[in-house]
This record gives sequence, structure tokens and C-alpha cells, in this order.
Amino acid sequence: MIRTPLRPLAHILKARDTGENPDVIERENIRLRHEEMRDRARNRAEGRLLVMSVAFLAGFILVGLRMGTLAFSEAEEPRASAAGSRIVAQRADIVDRRGHILATNLETHSLYAQPQQMIDKERVARELVKVFPDLDEARLVRDFTGKRKFLWVRKQISPEQKQAVHDIGDPGLLFGPREMRLYPNGRLAAHVLGGASFGKEDVRAAELIGVAGVEKYFDEALRDPANGGKALSLSLDLTVQAAAERVLHGGMKLMNAKGAASILMDVHTGEILSLVSLPDFDPNDRPRPPVKGNPSDSPLFNRAVQGLYELGSTFKIFTAAQAMDLGLAAPTTMIKTAGPLRWGKFKIRDFHDYGAELSLTKVIVKSSNIGTARLAQEIGAERQQGFLRDLGFFEPTPLEMIEARGARPLLPPNWSELSAMTISYGHGLSSSPLHLAAGYAAIANGGRRVVPTLLKRDRPQQGARIMTEASARAAQQMLRLVVTEGTASFGEVPGYAVAGKTGTADKPKEQGGGYHEDKVIATFAAMFPAHDPRYVLVVTLDEPVETSGPEPRRTAGWTAVPVAAEMIGRVAPLLGMRPGVEPASMAGITLTSN
Amino acid sequence: MRNLMFVLTALAVIGLAVWAYRENYRTQHAIKETERLQQEIGVARSRLAMLRAEWAYLNRPDRLRDLTELNFDRLQLLPLRPDQFGKVDQVSYPPLPKLDLSEIVDVSSQPGEGP
Repeated sequence: MIRTPLRPLAHILKARDTGENPDVIERENIRLRHEEMRDRARNRAEGRLLVMSVAFLAGFILVGLRMGTLAFSEAEEPRASAAGSRIVAQRADIVDRRGHILATNLETHSLYAQPQQMIDKERVARELVKVFPDLDEARLVRDFTGKRKFLWVRKQISPEQKQAVHDIGDPGLLFGPREMRLYPNGRLAAHVLGGASFGKEDVRAAELIGVAGVEKYFDEALRDPANGGKALSLSLDLTVQAAAERVLHGGMKLMNAKGAASILMDVHTGEILSLVSLPDFDPNDRPRPPVKGNPSDSPLFNRAVQGLYELGSTFKIFTAAQAMDLGLAAPTTMIKTAGPLRWGKFKIRDFHDYGAELSLTKVIVKSSNIGTARLAQEIGAERQQGFLRDLGFFEPTPLEMIEARGARPLLPPNWSELSAMTISYGHGLSSSPLHLAAGYAAIANGGRRVVPTLLKRDRPQQGARIMTEASARAAQQMLRLVVTEGTASFGEVPGYAVAGKTGTADKPKEQGGGYHEDKVIATFAAMFPAHDPRYVLVVTLDEPVETSGPEPRRTAGWTAVPVAAEMIGRVAPLLGMRPGVEPASMAGITLTSN
Repeated sequence: MRNLMFVLTALAVIGLAVWAYRENYRTQHAIKETERLQQEIGVARSRLAMLRAEWAYLNRPDRLRDLTELNFDRLQLLPLRPDQFGKVDQVSYPPLPKLDLSEIVDVSSQPGEGP
């Protein structure tokens, strides 16, 4: 490039000759030079901008293409990481408190047909009927030769059946992988587990969804891949549950009952160790819910959780405990039991006549309706409601089963003084046996509220205090006396110091209007050992009749109590409790605190 | 000097290319290996799940009860009852070996007899 001087001598001399200012020439040259520099700089900047924009464009195109491929291509596991292999089953197992499997998954196959690929349709139909005798050959032929391009033959087949279908050797018969839910213990704990079925179905896989019980309550958690297939630990104990089911089944048959339920609960942690409802069903082949008739007659109905019954005299201990807690009575306070007790047109009677008065302990031991009704009058409807609300009789139990939410106790619409009197001995308020177990657990653990749970816990619940420890202890001693000298004398199990209260309630007629004469709900609510209760057991029999005597006996003392005693004798050793000697009660001394 | 630089750079590029090529193949091989192992783990896990299910099925309480009843003559198993609890001192342990006291040597010394 030729650089022009700012003051070219020739021009300067010429300008000097003509008398012009030579500086003008210099300024003109500087201006031209600046313009030239400016143009050059602009060109360079434009070029750089172009390069930059091309680079950015390339970058954006790259990102866009990558997003496009990610959006259009099939998702794939990151290959180099090991985390992908952790989850094998799409639904986590359910295990008991010791890790025994209650529910697991099994890989099976489904069988489907694509008729357009079939070679010999009639033969395939004929051979299939040989493998699956319940299929209809004519219908299969119609389906295969019709317009259908796809049909399910079987949702689940066993390996043997799969081999047999393989041997047919037709390309139109295809298999798809399928996971199925297996309950290896059969009917055991059927009501707690509930059952599972298929949700959305595809050739390659099918969703497994819980339909009842724990399976439905924890459906999300069991299916959540984030849990990594971690098993759900229930509080149930497989051996205890099996023994309880066995004993209760035998007891139900022996007592000619049409149904039975039992609940065994840890009084400190609130864990349910066994929950039985009979008749039961096989969750592997869950029956369909009945469309007609009384739903409570179906085996699917969980009597322990869903059944709402008037549980009778078992409620009396709540009245006695509250009276002692409020300071209205001590165990030795005499209470008038002369009957019948009139309230308006209504009369309250006792099973026997117990004379003019009984001590509070005797009222419970003899199970006097009149005595508890008088106590309820003193307590008043308001305070009784508060106490029962604290014990959880106003709400459905928060048990981790889908059915528990629906079991809201039936309360009188208007809680009058008469309602208070009848509720004090267990009539006029319907609740589930589970509610009763939770209430007894509160007395058994020294007066703290316990919420029943189906999940394994490792520490006691520190619930709100409902009654003082002293009144809870006094109530426990009364319950012990019911077994040693009262209505539950068959409940004595040597070494385990059973305490409990019987309850026999007439069943209300389904259409309303009074009670059945010869249909009862017999209940025994027990805790053991009495001097330091650890477990609460509630046994309920539906319409039991004991026929060994000259006339049929229906009271709980003759029906529910022997069954419960047998159950305690079987279950307590399994719980690791060794039989012990009950500490002698100090005569005439009751523990109190100021 | 400059030419030497060019040659060295070219050699470095070739060396890096060879290294990258080999690393690429080694990575692909490792990925294939992990895939195979994961598949193996998956198969083993599904087999394990199947065996667990079978174990649980074979150990279901109904079956065990039936088996104990079938084999009662040989095994004589009964449900655990409260009276089967015992104490440690009810166990008849084998007697301790007796000390041999036939040749007793008196090694005690009377006080004051020493030198």
C-alpha cells in the first residue's frame, strides 16, 4: 500500500506559489486518511460479526438438532451407570415384621393371537382348547377367521402351558412378558393385603395396581421406582397371624358362628400383630364384590376393620375408668344397682338382679347395666363424649388400609342423657372391633392414646394422655377380676394373667325396628399380662351359639372367651413371652397418685 | 526449526488420533461388557425373586402344618405351648470331669518354719 504523505511537497509548493494556506492540504489529507481507516475498521468489524454469527448459528443448529433427536428417539437407560439394574420388579414386595414374604411378583407370560399370521386356524383353535379346556372352540374359530387382527387368548399362563402352546407351533400365537402378583401364603392375612389386578395392558407389559387393603393404600409407594424396589415392612407377624387364623377358624366352627374377627395389638407401639376376619378369601384369586345381598356377608368384608357393631358391655370399663379419672368414684365406692332403672318410658335392666348396691369393681365384674348407667348420669353426656372422642370413637381409625377410612362409627344424632346411659354399657354406639382394641390399648398402656398401625415401628408412641396412670391401673385390676371371678372365667390362661371384659350385644334388625331375639355379637376384649399389659386382643364372634349345654348359650363368656383364651395360649409363646407368676395383689391397697 | 515444529505437530496429531481411536474402542468394549453384566444381573435377580417366591410358597404355614401332621409319627411336632418354657437349670448338662485327687502333695508351708 502506498502511503500518501500528509504534506506532499509538490502540492505545498504549488499552494505557496498561489498564496494559499498549505495547512488546508494537510487537513484534507488527514481527513481522507481517517475516512480510509474508518472504512477498514468497519469492514473488519463486520467480518468478525459475520464469523461470530456463523459460529452462533452453528451452535444453535447443533443444540436444536440434539433436542430434536432427544425428542424423537426412544428413551434409553444410561448405559454406563449401574443404577439401572436395581429395579427388576415393577411393584415392591410386602413382607411381615420378620421379613417373611407376604406378597411378591412372579414373571409369567400372556398369550395373544394375531390371526392374519396364522396358518391353520381351525387346528390352532382345536389345539388351544386341548391346552385350555375352558376355552370355547367355536368362538375361537369365529374370532380367528373374522376381521380381528389381535386378540388376547390368556392374560397369564404357566410355564407348562407356555411350552404346550409352543408345541402347537403356529406363528400367529405370540407371548408377551407379564408380571403377576403372588401371595405365597394363600388366604393368610387376605383382608390386610387386599389384592392386585392389571391396570393398563399392553403386549409388552401390564400395570399392576392394588385394588384393596394395604396394596391399594400404598399403591403409589409400591410402584414408585424411586424406592428402588424396597420392600414394605408390615407390623404383622406371619406365624402369629397363622396361629390366630387357625384358632379363630376352629372357634368359629365350634361356636356355630357365621363370622369372626380378631385383632392382636401391641399396646405401646400400636402395631397390629395379627388381624383376622373370617370368612376370608384367596387374594391370588380375589372374588368379585357382590352385587346384591348384604355386603357384610361377602368374604371380602373385613369384620375387624369395616364391621360396625354395638360392642356391648366391653364399653363399661371406659365408663368406670372415666368415673375414677374424674374422681367421681373409687373402686370401692358403692353404686345403686336396684332395678329396673327408669328414664322416661325406657327401662334399663340387668341380666340378673344384683341387689340394692354394688361396689364399682363389682359393677364391672358382674357387668351391671344399671350401675354403669348411673355412673354415666353422674359423668354427663358432655364429658362422656369428650372421653370417647379422645379414645378415637368419633373418627374412622387411621389404619393404613383403604377400607379403614370408610368405617366411621355410628353415633347417636342427639347425644341425650339416655344416649349417655345406654352408651355407657355399649348400646347406641356402633364401632369397629379395631376402635375397641385402640380404646383398650389406651387403658392397657397406662392412659395414653394409641393409634393402631400396620407398619413396623421401633419405638412406643407417646400419645396424648387421656386418663391418669392410677385410674388406668385401677381399671386394669378390675378387668383382671372379671377373669378371675367374673363373667370371663374361661379366659384364664395359666401364666399369662389375662384381664378383659366380655360383651354380648343383640344384633339390630337389618330393616330397623328393634333387635333380634337370638342373634348376638359376642366380644371379648382382653389384655395380657394384667400386671404389665403388653398386648390387647379383641375377639368378636358373629351370631355364635354354644350348644353343649341343655339350652343354647350365646353370651360372650361361653363363646368368645374360650376362643380368646385358646388364642392367647397359642400366640403368647410365639411372641416370645414366657409364662410368669402374677405378683400378688396387695389386699385393700390401690395405687393412687396425688 | 520451523519444519521440525511442523513435523512434531503432525506426529503429535497422529499419536493423539491413535490414542483416541484406541480409547474409543476400549470404551465401547467396556460398555458392552457392562451391558452384558447388567443383563446377567437382571437374569440373576429375576431368578432370585422367583426362588424367594418359591421359598415363601413352600414355607407357607398351611403346607408346613399339613406336613407336620403327615409326618407326626416320625417328628412328633406340636404347636408351641406355654408349658414348654423351661429354665436353664432344668437342662441336664453333662457332668463336669472330676478332679483327680489320688496323689495329694502338701505344698503349703507353716508360717515360721522358713530359714
